[in-house]
Amino acid sequence: MKQFIGFLRKEFLHIFRDPRTMIIIFGIPVVQLMLFGKVISTDIQNAKIAILDQSHDNTTQRITSKLLSSGYFVLVKEMQVGDDVEEVFRKGIVKMVVNFGPNFEQNLERDGKEDVQLLADASDPNTARILTSYAGGIINDYVKKEKLQNIELPNQIKVEVRMLYNEGLKSVYMFVPGIMAMILMLISAMMTSISISKEKELGTMEVLLASPLKPLQIVLGKVTPYLLLSFINALTIILLGVFVFGVPIKGSFILLMGESFLFILMALSLGILISTVAPNQMVAMFISLLGLMLPTILLSGFIFPIQNMPLPLQIVSNIIPPRWFIVIIRNIMLKGTGIMFIWKETLVLIFMSFTFIALSIKNFKIRLE
Amino acid sequence: MEKKVIEVRNLVKKFGSFVANDHLNFDVYKGEIFGFLGANGAGKTTAMKILCGLSSPTSGEVKVAGFDIYKETEKVKRNIGYMSQKFSLYEDMTISENIRFFSGIYGISPKDRKEKQEELLKDLGLESAKDSLIGSLPLGWKQKLAFSVAIFHDPKIVFLDEPTGGVDPITRRKFWDLIYEASDRGITVFVTTHYMDEAEYCNRVSIMNEGRIEALDTPENLKQQYGVKNMDEVFLKIARNKE
Repeated sequence: MKQFIGFLRKEFLHIFRDPRTMIIIFGIPVVQLMLFGKVISTDIQNAKIAILDQSHDNTTQRITSKLLSSGYFVLVKEMQVGDDVEEVFRKGIVKMVVNFGPNFEQNLERDGKEDVQLLADASDPNTARILTSYAGGIINDYVKKEKLQNIELPNQIKVEVRMLYNEGLKSVYMFVPGIMAMILMLISAMMTSISISKEKELGTMEVLLASPLKPLQIVLGKVTPYLLLSFINALTIILLGVFVFGVPIKGSFILLMGESFLFILMALSLGILISTVAPNQMVAMFISLLGLMLPTILLSGFIFPIQNMPLPLQIVSNIIPPRWFIVIIRNIMLKGTGIMFIWKETLVLIFMSFTFIALSIKNFKIRLE
Repeated sequence: MEKKVIEVRNLVKKFGSFVANDHLNFDVYKGEIFGFLGANGAGKTTAMKILCGLSSPTSGEVKVAGFDIYKETEKVKRNIGYMSQKFSLYEDMTISENIRFFSGIYGISPKDRKEKQEELLKDLGLESAKDSLIGSLPLGWKQKLAFSVAIFHDPKIVFLDEPTGGVDPITRRKFWDLIYEASDRGITVFVTTHYMDEAEYCNRVSIMNEGRIEALDTPENLKQQYGVKNMDEVFLKIARNKE
């Protein structure tokens, strides 16, 4: 028994003196809880909406203020008649538009009923569903309260919902872009990083460097197979999405492929960067998994909408490359937008690629010194 | 006068403030087997990496195979062979595939490659292993193959970084037979090792200690100079002198 206790004491010493184990025991659970608690939030708060009020009468204004004071919605644009409603959705400015027709109150009193139209961006069907049901609930609540006050008025305000880009609210529309981002990141970044680390670990990298092969040739040689494979994968996912799941490609197919290529390039350069810092395959794999996979799934807007996250996490999500790519893909496939609407995101990806490559070259040179 | 294939003048290599190579000066002649000895951490691997073009000197002049290591690194690499400490061949490829790969890099034509490959396998007695994955072969065979591939393109100099680690003395002896053959062919062999008995096999050896070359001569001369019977004791004497 004494031996056993002695052994236990030794084990505790190991644990408390190893910072890595301490992080695992205490740090990770806390981080996970905070992350999951905040990220997996299906609660909507401050969702961006626009209101097209063609009447500006008492009723519409009362309904509007009820909507805006609920805390669920934030008015970012007051639309005018003749505005292109599609545009605010394409630009991603709002998630929902509330449309009051002309002569709202008059029609209501005259006919006893009127419609409020809710247009929602259903490229993220879950959010769209929640937004429209919240809004619908608030409007019905208004009707009930009004009815209680004016018992005689048999007024009915009906809510008419239109889901844009994804009439059937198919969640696969949301998932396909995200899965594509995830798989491309996985193959490109993780595999390149492991491949290069493996050569370093086995000692064959030295032999390559001592040969007439130029470093650029080595790097390109390492990268090209994965470029091809990832591209084929991207194509496969898109084709499966289209033909098996019915996800549309409303925009340009060539643009889609172009952006995918860019994303793959970015992921590959990230893989190279990881390989310049990782001394062996294990480390490369860990960095790729923890640093890429988890954030991609949780923070890229793949499953959990970014605007539902607390502000610090929203800021963090900006440095996660898939976040930008998913916006691009959704725009091209579901909204049919052209390069004009996604130039910002495209530029971000280009900038990221350059940064990774520049850092990799710098690390490479330092090692040679 | 024999031709110099390696010329080193005042080679200094610093990592931050740590001086790994402290003003090294030596020459290596064509066809000789030059042993680069020293304890671990003495700076031999650092120096060798510089000679192979794998890292840059902090200062000093270095010429390998007649080319300047700073300005003509590419030409240096074309004329040298290298066998790393952890082996040089890909375990998940066959001998033929490995040879094919390295032939491509060093610009050997397919015809030449096929001829040389046959010869190589016959010399080593490994024709039966032609289509085996390197990973499936015993350690001694792997080392011989790695060496043969390193000199496949007939380089002027071949650098061997502790090539016989982890292998029994008999296999080590057989490996050194290959080194002798290469030397007879006119290939200069630059080998680092910490097996002092292997020092006896070299034409000349240099002994490094704490970044400096403490001795450079033939094994015979060194043994006489220090009045001892073998290289082990030469080394011990030098190391003890420092304390």
